[in-house]
Amino acid sequence: MYAFTYHKPTSARQAATLLAKKEDAKLLAGGHTLLPTMKQRLASPTALVDLGACPDLKGINRKGRNIVIGAMTTHAEVASSAEVQEALPALAFLAGSIGDPHVRHRGTIGGSVANNDPAADYPAALLALGATVVTNKRKLTAEEFFTGLYETALDEGEIITKVSFPLVSKAGYAKFRNPASRYAMVGVFVAKRGSDIRVTVTGAGEGGVFRWPEAEAALKARFAPKSLDGLKHTAKGINGDIHADAEYRAHLIGVMAKQAVAQATGK
Amino acid sequence: MSATGIGAAVRRKEDHRFITGQGRYTDDVNRPGQAHAYFLRSPHAHAKIKSIDTKAAAGMPGVLGIFTGDDLATDKIGGLICGWMIHNKDGSPMRAGPHPALAQGKVRYVGDHVAVVVAETLAQARDAAEAIAVDYQELPAVVDTAKAIGAKTVVHDEAPDNSVFNWHLGDKDATEKAFKAARHVTKIDLVNNRLVPNAMEPRAAVGDYDAGDGIFTLYTTSQNPHVARLVLSAFIGIAPENKLRVIAPDVGGGFGSKIFIYAEETVCVWAAKKVGRPVKWTADRTEAFLSDAHGRDHVTHAELATDAEGKILGMKVKTTANLGAYLSTFSSSVPTYLYAPLLSGQYDIPAIYCEVDAVYTNTAPVDAYRGAGRPEATFVVERLIEVTARQLGKDPAKFRMQNYIKKFPHQTPVIMMYDTGNYSASLKKALEMIDYKGLGKRKRDSARAGKLRGIGFSSYIEACGIAPSAAVGSLGAGVGLWESAEVRVNPVGTVEVLTGSHSHGQGHETTFAQLVSDRLGIPIDNVSIIHGDTDKVQMGMGTYGSRSGAVGMSAIFKALDKVIAKGKKVAAHVLEADEADIDFADGHFAVKGTDRKLDFGSCALQAYVAHKFNGQELEPGLKEGAFYDPTNFTFPAGVHICEVEIDPETGVTRIERWAAVDDFGNVINPMIVEGQVHGGIAQGVGQALLEGARYNADGQLVTASFMDYTMPRADDLPSFDVGMTVTPCPSNPLGIKGCGEAGAIASPPAVINAITDALGHEDIAMPATPQAVWRAAQKSISRQAAE
Amino acid sequence: MATVSLTVNGKAVTANIDPRTLLVQFLRENLRLTGTHVGCDTSQCGACLVHLDGKAVKSCTTLAVSVDGASVTTIEGLASGDTLHPMQEAFREHHGLQCGFCTPGMIMSAVDMVNRRGHQLDEKTIREDLDGNICRCTGYHNIVKAIAAGAEAMGKGAAPARQAAE
Repeated sequence: MYAFTYHKPTSARQAATLLAKKEDAKLLAGGHTLLPTMKQRLASPTALVDLGACPDLKGINRKGRNIVIGAMTTHAEVASSAEVQEALPALAFLAGSIGDPHVRHRGTIGGSVANNDPAADYPAALLALGATVVTNKRKLTAEEFFTGLYETALDEGEIITKVSFPLVSKAGYAKFRNPASRYAMVGVFVAKRGSDIRVTVTGAGEGGVFRWPEAEAALKARFAPKSLDGLKHTAKGINGDIHADAEYRAHLIGVMAKQAVAQATGK
Repeated sequence: MSATGIGAAVRRKEDHRFITGQGRYTDDVNRPGQAHAYFLRSPHAHAKIKSIDTKAAAGMPGVLGIFTGDDLATDKIGGLICGWMIHNKDGSPMRAGPHPALAQGKVRYVGDHVAVVVAETLAQARDAAEAIAVDYQELPAVVDTAKAIGAKTVVHDEAPDNSVFNWHLGDKDATEKAFKAARHVTKIDLVNNRLVPNAMEPRAAVGDYDAGDGIFTLYTTSQNPHVARLVLSAFIGIAPENKLRVIAPDVGGGFGSKIFIYAEETVCVWAAKKVGRPVKWTADRTEAFLSDAHGRDHVTHAELATDAEGKILGMKVKTTANLGAYLSTFSSSVPTYLYAPLLSGQYDIPAIYCEVDAVYTNTAPVDAYRGAGRPEATFVVERLIEVTARQLGKDPAKFRMQNYIKKFPHQTPVIMMYDTGNYSASLKKALEMIDYKGLGKRKRDSARAGKLRGIGFSSYIEACGIAPSAAVGSLGAGVGLWESAEVRVNPVGTVEVLTGSHSHGQGHETTFAQLVSDRLGIPIDNVSIIHGDTDKVQMGMGTYGSRSGAVGMSAIFKALDKVIAKGKKVAAHVLEADEADIDFADGHFAVKGTDRKLDFGSCALQAYVAHKFNGQELEPGLKEGAFYDPTNFTFPAGVHICEVEIDPETGVTRIERWAAVDDFGNVINPMIVEGQVHGGIAQGVGQALLEGARYNADGQLVTASFMDYTMPRADDLPSFDVGMTVTPCPSNPLGIKGCGEAGAIASPPAVINAITDALGHEDIAMPATPQAVWRAAQKSISRQAAE
Repeated sequence: MATVSLTVNGKAVTANIDPRTLLVQFLRENLRLTGTHVGCDTSQCGACLVHLDGKAVKSCTTLAVSVDGASVTTIEGLASGDTLHPMQEAFREHHGLQCGFCTPGMIMSAVDMVNRRGHQLDEKTIREDLDGNICRCTGYHNIVKAIAAGAEAMGKGAAPARQAAE
């Protein structure tokens, strides 16, 4: 690691002030992407603003027809939250499948969403559930928020404070893990809110998380795994690497989509 | 059998320190005033070094010294060596290029050592290394094993066509004749994938120099500290042996990769004198991926000839073996004498001919990795056998049974004289354990669930107990492969055993103590095993090739014989009897036919007080040493059967059952032996399903971390059903054959034979990743549709 | 430089450190608690696991300064005096270790698993939950057995006081 100065604000407002003041400052949430990158000297922030002591960024609350999760809430907290398990079990399941148990003790929803790693799980959930990303400045829909590979709509000095998930009637998540890294090689989230059906895919897209309209249309007729029989995602625009080329990944999208629907429908 | 003697599942004596965090590994060693080394490594697979400018870096904070290949040359520090001479078919010696510890004029693989920075802290050393300006002239890289010979790019001028050697073994004419007489010939093409050993403890070194006495000390992650001292002293020229101490404390796994004498350890101990400070280096995982010697990497074409009844007549094998950019310490022996002599497997094969091309490429050096040559041979033999059985329409178990060697000793056409074994017994037991009879039903059940189920066999043999010195000397080894032991009995009867073997997970502190406890009839807690320090143990050859039981313990056995013989003399004086009338049993020296006896501890005390005899007729003391040189290799053998279920939708292969039946001869501690089998199978399954080092065309290692190189995890593996048969080894006093490598040797063909059985075709390579299996399963489905 | 105060294995420690000091470096280099190991650079092998306020975390991916005020338990702090923790005992009894390098992380992971999932752990649960720990020696067979047995032993009230305090 290169040297940096370290700051630990006690509120999101203080964090924003520090972030604005320090040049080349980066926010530190769970650190499970940033610190390995810094260890390899691939990132060299001159200042780290640690969000770990900001109580206003923590917590899980049910607000009417929404589950609102503070940005610094860990994956383990989301996975084990009775509230989330009851209202959005697929989201709890997703959080409980990220990384490994130790990573889940440190990694946070805010960090994951802000990083928009193409192999991260949360982006699929946000996009499928129609979540709102709340920052210290504004509110963004998931569509507005995720703008590309490792890219988001966040401005300089903007901090995610919470993510709000509207409830749905049915949801499910299935992923095929990269055999080595255990990140999502293909992850598919399906959600049904009345006639609004969304199927989102993470891990596979050249531009990060995306929706699969053909699957959404097929599920509109009947929300069941069988509705996806014979439906294939194109390999165009799909990632390829040594573990999975585009054709195989595209194929897995179909397989995972069916599994996700099966989970959502309890089949 | 006593509770702590030979054959008992004694809980390990060494465990207490490991489970309480008190293990002492090399990186845990800290010397006063210690500085830190960082190696600047080549980012290019192949380049000329036009210049290295260290001026700016030298002035950076904390820097104590920056050294390059020129500095080593000035100090007359020699290059790294390859200790096994192989001769070409025409009798000429192999073509070996120089292997400097720090590059001289050229870099030959990504990770090659360009310079070292020694600084107060590791961060400072790394900062300074980034400020070194190296002017490279990039050259094209040769990476592909099969395409190295005759490639335009030449890795070493000494080997103008990239051929290190072109070697052969066996009778070519007899083999050709056998093939002419054959009714059926099976032909296969195989790739034995390149692996990265990945012991969980990365390599590390702490070099120290005592200016007062002129003595160097090197703490290092070594499986054989004495061999390290020998090479560092006699060949590399760090210091004479009496001025160089090598300590290998607790070592966190080796699997072969810590046998070799590497650049970093060499440079750290040398640099300690240059900067006048202890120098520490610990690899990070990416450095380990780049610079540890890799394993395997063969491309092979093989053929098997059978007659009308299915009797094997002959085998032909042509292999190209990638040795990487430099010849590592024992690299040349792996695809030759550790490989081709095992091609007879467990089978009576009248004629075998094997040719091996060893090649240089712009990749990390390749050397011994768990099994070393024998897994490659077993993969060839067991794939050939399985495919032949399928092509002949024979049951693979029956086909093996038909062709097994049944009479011993058996001379194969490829050097080895198998001493003993009972291969059918292992196969029969394994068939029962896996419930072979129930396979049909299980296959149907899987098919109903849309899955593909298959079973795969592997009847492996290995040559262990490495090795009779005269034999390996005649084959090109630069050293003898005996082992040493010294048994020091203290005045109260406690015992220290100094062994030249080294334990890095094998549990020698327990098994060796069991032998001593058993033979001397003393409590196991009274026995301590000392290893890994050249100042304590005089000389030894270390641990690899499943040799520590068969060779290392035989040396202890021999030394114990001498202790008992001396004890009898002492007892004869004390008990006032004739030495010939003294028996030793159950920890007591007794006069035959009387109740007069002396327990072992009292005998030891008498040996030291020496009151009952004068020092002229009998020397005081009780301490004996022995060197043991084996008379033959040992031949562990067994049968592993793997049953898999494939999900054709995702390509995921699950191992549903695993039955292993091994014949390791006599077993000292079955708990530890079974643990060795489990670990070996896991590494073999890793090779078959998960692992593979991949370089791109430019010679960049694309699998340089656990993010891309798939290590076997707990949920990739099943529990294993492990059984044993025993035919004691006749060539050593304990009847031990060795167990450390068996699992890794046996398992890859078992897995691939199971997958190909499930798929119904042979078209799958290792590692059989989900992607590869999915694609192969599509082929199975489209074939079925066509039928 | 930054000041960090921690409770490590029940003892209060305060030090002035470079902010880039990882928790594992702080434990190994400042406190000489060398039972916690580093086996990779990518947060995957789990050799560096410690308990941070009672939860297993990767100390190679945690800045020491960012856990100021926390309570850390390392492998050295697991036993109560001369009495081994039941999970340590189970690893020895079931031969759940060979070279010993991954072992501290494995044991810390196993205790954390029991804390999260209870005392009755089946093989599938154990294997899936171990995906943050890599062992190269044992093939996991005996580690799985050791964890199941250790979990059960912990349930019989054998857990020492420190665990309860977490």
